[in-house]
Order: sequence, then structure tokens, then C-alpha cells
Amino acid sequence: MKILVCITHVPDTTSKINFTDNNTRFNTAGVQFIIGPYDDYSLARAIEIKEATPGATVTVLNVGPADTEPTIRKALSVGADDAVRINAEPTDSFFVAKQIAEHAKSIGYDLILMGRESIDYNSGVVHGIVGELLGWPSVSPVMKLDIEGTKAKLAREIEGGKEFLEVNLPFVAGCQEPIAEWKIPNMRGIMSARTKPLKVVEPVSVDSGVKLQQFELPPPKGAVKMIAADNVAELVTLLKNEAKVL
Amino acid sequence: MPVLVFVESAEGKVKKTSLEAVAYAHAMGQGVTAIALGNVDKEELEALGTYGAQKVLHASDSKLNDGIIQAYASVLVKALQDEQADILVLANSSLGTPVAARVAAKISASLASNVVELPNTSAGFAVKRSIYTGKAFMQVELKNQKKVIGIKKNAAEAKAVGLPVQATPYAVTLNDADFAVKITSSEKATGEVLLPEANIVVSGGRGMKGPEHWGILEELAKTLHAATGCSKPVSDMHWRPHHEHVGQTGVKVAPQLYIAVGISGAIQHLAGVNSSKCIVVINKDADAPFFKAADYGIVGDAFDVVPKLTAAIKAIK
Repeated sequence: MKILVCITHVPDTTSKINFTDNNTRFNTAGVQFIIGPYDDYSLARAIEIKEATPGATVTVLNVGPADTEPTIRKALSVGADDAVRINAEPTDSFFVAKQIAEHAKSIGYDLILMGRESIDYNSGVVHGIVGELLGWPSVSPVMKLDIEGTKAKLAREIEGGKEFLEVNLPFVAGCQEPIAEWKIPNMRGIMSARTKPLKVVEPVSVDSGVKLQQFELPPPKGAVKMIAADNVAELVTLLKNEAKVL
Repeated sequence: MPVLVFVESAEGKVKKTSLEAVAYAHAMGQGVTAIALGNVDKEELEALGTYGAQKVLHASDSKLNDGIIQAYASVLVKALQDEQADILVLANSSLGTPVAARVAAKISASLASNVVELPNTSAGFAVKRSIYTGKAFMQVELKNQKKVIGIKKNAAEAKAVGLPVQATPYAVTLNDADFAVKITSSEKATGEVLLPEANIVVSGGRGMKGPEHWGILEELAKTLHAATGCSKPVSDMHWRPHHEHVGQTGVKVAPQLYIAVGISGAIQHLAGVNSSKCIVVINKDADAPFFKAADYGIVGDAFDVVPKLTAAIKAIK
């Protein structure tokens, strides 16, 4: 079984977000980049499936310029077999999905996993577009995934609960916790990741329907108003009359 | 040309976020056709007119009672054609967002999700999206004639602007290939206010010391007609179900009022609540970072403050 895991290269969840160039570029100064947390869950589940399935392989794919390679190597260090980097700036969801679908067509995978959304642009649509481009079913957000031969049993989170699903391979899944625990690379993994194959592929051209105009930061938050613990009634008055939320 | 709105429902009732989608489309001023799929109550469909739909289509085939992503996408594409609509508006949700993706790919539409404001059409057609998990926004131009817009909660206010309309039955030919995914069963919390839709959320963290102490939060939530949420450690320890986890990798909420009890306020938790209009933090540690992100704060013991707060709210109701 061939599994493709698509990962994003995104700012650490604790990063302060800033922009440069007249609010048209993300300011990477001082920012630590990581594998997208949702992607990391899907990667961990892919590795678990591989370990339980003789002959299974896991390929990692990222759409990004050369500076995403340390993030790709990290994915290799937790157990992926090889990696592909599509050498392009990921401009929008459709662009990224098209690159993934083109690569997938050229190889022939049985399963494509990724996070439910990236934590930078939060679109949550790439899995669906890839599914549509390949003519495969897509399911998201998936919180449980078990493969039984050519069939999969999944749980999908819905508002206030979950749904249990069955689908035949191949399909695309956007994943989230608690599908698996994040894997921490060990020393052997880190050493072996250095020599695992990382293929660089040039992108296919895409006519993009979305164009960035400008980034914007939210207005700064006003100071907190502290209320004494023995004066809870005052809080209720403020919520009612000042904040007008009761 | 009307704007088509996909109306999501659960147990026959239209979701509140879908009413916001109808209101959003109404505010665009081109006319609105709403479409609902599967089992939806007649009165609920008619009420869509009140919120701004001129026409309501109802594809009532029982195969559409379950939210099958592919099948829903195909029905919406057909409805866009039949209504000669170029724009689809829907509420982002665990169903709406993946459906939007497939519709946009099928018709080569410009796609934007997590949209927080009405479009700016002064030059072209641009929308503002929430990004970096609520820490920033981006203005994007949607260049294609066809557009799919997924809106975030509170992007528009659902209010009565018209009169009820009779729903038109909408016959669809369903394709078996769209039912490759089979829903075998589901588990749903019943009789509770759903977290992503709630106007008020009461959340608890590790400071609650154990699941057996949630009663006081549930009592407060009930008094406020609020949903209950929790921090990541709480759901990781299985004190509360996963669908209540609020934060970076959990549910992102945007209520009018968010009350956090015994949550220190890790940046990953704040990412899930930063779209709230008003935040109240109750924590016994005066140095808890959450106070910096709050509008109102009380330093005190949750087991003392929360019952008092519930009583004070009951007193004004």
C-alpha cells in the first residue's frame, strides 16, 4: 500500500504574527517553522498504518521553496520513507491541490492523508479539491482511521459529536486529533532522515482564481478590567450594561 | 442573478450559522435562493424567507438525510446551473467547508473560506478572511466569475427582513458514485447548545481539578443558555469529550461571551477564542496569561466564584 502524506511548513503555534512589504508578506524574522499540527497527526497515523501493514510505504509531499526542507526532513525522521518537494511558493488552496493531484496521478497512491487545514491560511479545502481532481472520495475532519484490506473505517468529527463512516480505497482524508499521537524523532531516525530520498519536482502551471491583496492585524485588545472575587454582582452588571452581552 | 445559499440542517432544524449565510447573501443585494437537502421541517424552510431568501429549494430525497460531502457538492453544482447563479454562499462547518471545496473544484470557482465581512466590490470582488487561527486577516480578490464563499460565524447578523416563503420541491438525479462514503452510525450530544453555534460559551480547564467538578460549570451554562467547552489538557485526559476542546487544534469559537474558568490561557487555547466579542477569565492565579487577553477578570477560587456568578445571573433574569 502506498500512502501519500501532504504536509505544510507553518509558523510554530506560539509565533507572533507580523507582516512586511506594505502588509503583503509574512514576516519570517524570528519565527520557528514546524510541520502543520494537523498534518503531523496524519503523518503519525500513516506511520502506524505502515508499521502494521507489510510492504506499505509512506511518501511525504510539501509544496514549498527550498527552505521547507528541514521541515520535510523532520517528517522523514519520524518514519516516512521518501519525500517530494514541489518547488513553488504555495499561493492558494487550488494551486497546492493541483500540485498534489498531478503528483498523485504520476505515482498512483492508495491513500492520501493531510491535516484538516493548515494553521496559516486555515482554508480546510485542499483535501476536498484533491479528491475532486482525482475523482476520489474525500473525508474531513477525520479523527479515527483504520484500514481493513481495501476498505477503511473512519470517524469524522461533526458539530457536537461524530459520525462513523466506511469507504473503499483510494480516498483522501483531512485529519485531526485524536487520530494518532504525534511522533517524536529519535536519534536513529534523525540520522537516517539525512540520506532518505527527497525529490524536487517543478510545479505545473495553475490559473489561480484568488489573489492576495493585503494582510491585516486585528486591532489591539483593551486592558482587562479586574473585579474583586467577592463582588461577582458587579461583573454581571458590567456584562449587561457595558459589554452588552447578557 | 441570485446568490445561492446552501442551508445546513440537523434533526430537521436549520442551523443558526446557515441563517447567517442567508443574511450575508441577502446583504449582497442580488436576490437569494436558498437550498436545503434531506429531511428539514416545513416551517424551518419557510422561515428562510424571513431571513432574506426569495426562493427556497428543497431536495428532500431521503438519501440526502446524511451529510455526504460528494453528493451534496453535486446537488449544489446542479442548483447553481438551474438557478443561473454564479455565487454560492455557505457557513463554514465540518460539512460546509469540505462541500465548498468540491463545488469550487467542479465549477472552477474562486474559493474563499472563513470570510468575516461582506464583500468589497468597489474595485473587483474582494473578501476578508480570518487567517493564522484568528491572529490576522487577509484581503483576497476572487477573480473568477464563479465564486464560492464560506463564512465564519458572525460574518452577518441573521435578522428578519422579509416574509416566509413556500419551499419549492427540487428533484435531483443522484449518482451512485457520489455515495462511495457510507455513514454507518453517529453519536451526537442531544439537547445541548452546540459549541460552534453558541452565543455564550462556558469553558473549564485543569483548574477544575477533575471531571466530577463540571457540575458548577454546567449549571452556569444552563443559566446562560450557553455551550460548555474545555481546554486541550482536559479533553486529552478524557475529563470531557473531544468535541468540546476549544483551541488551535480543536473547535474555534466566536461567541458574544466566553467565560474561561481555571484555564491558564496558553497561546494555543487563545487561538480558539480570539474571535469572541467579550472574554471573562476566572482563575485563582493572578499571573495566568489569560488575563492579558480578557475583557474582565476575577482572581479567585472557581468553586467559590462560579456558583456566586450563577446565582447573580439568575437574580437578574
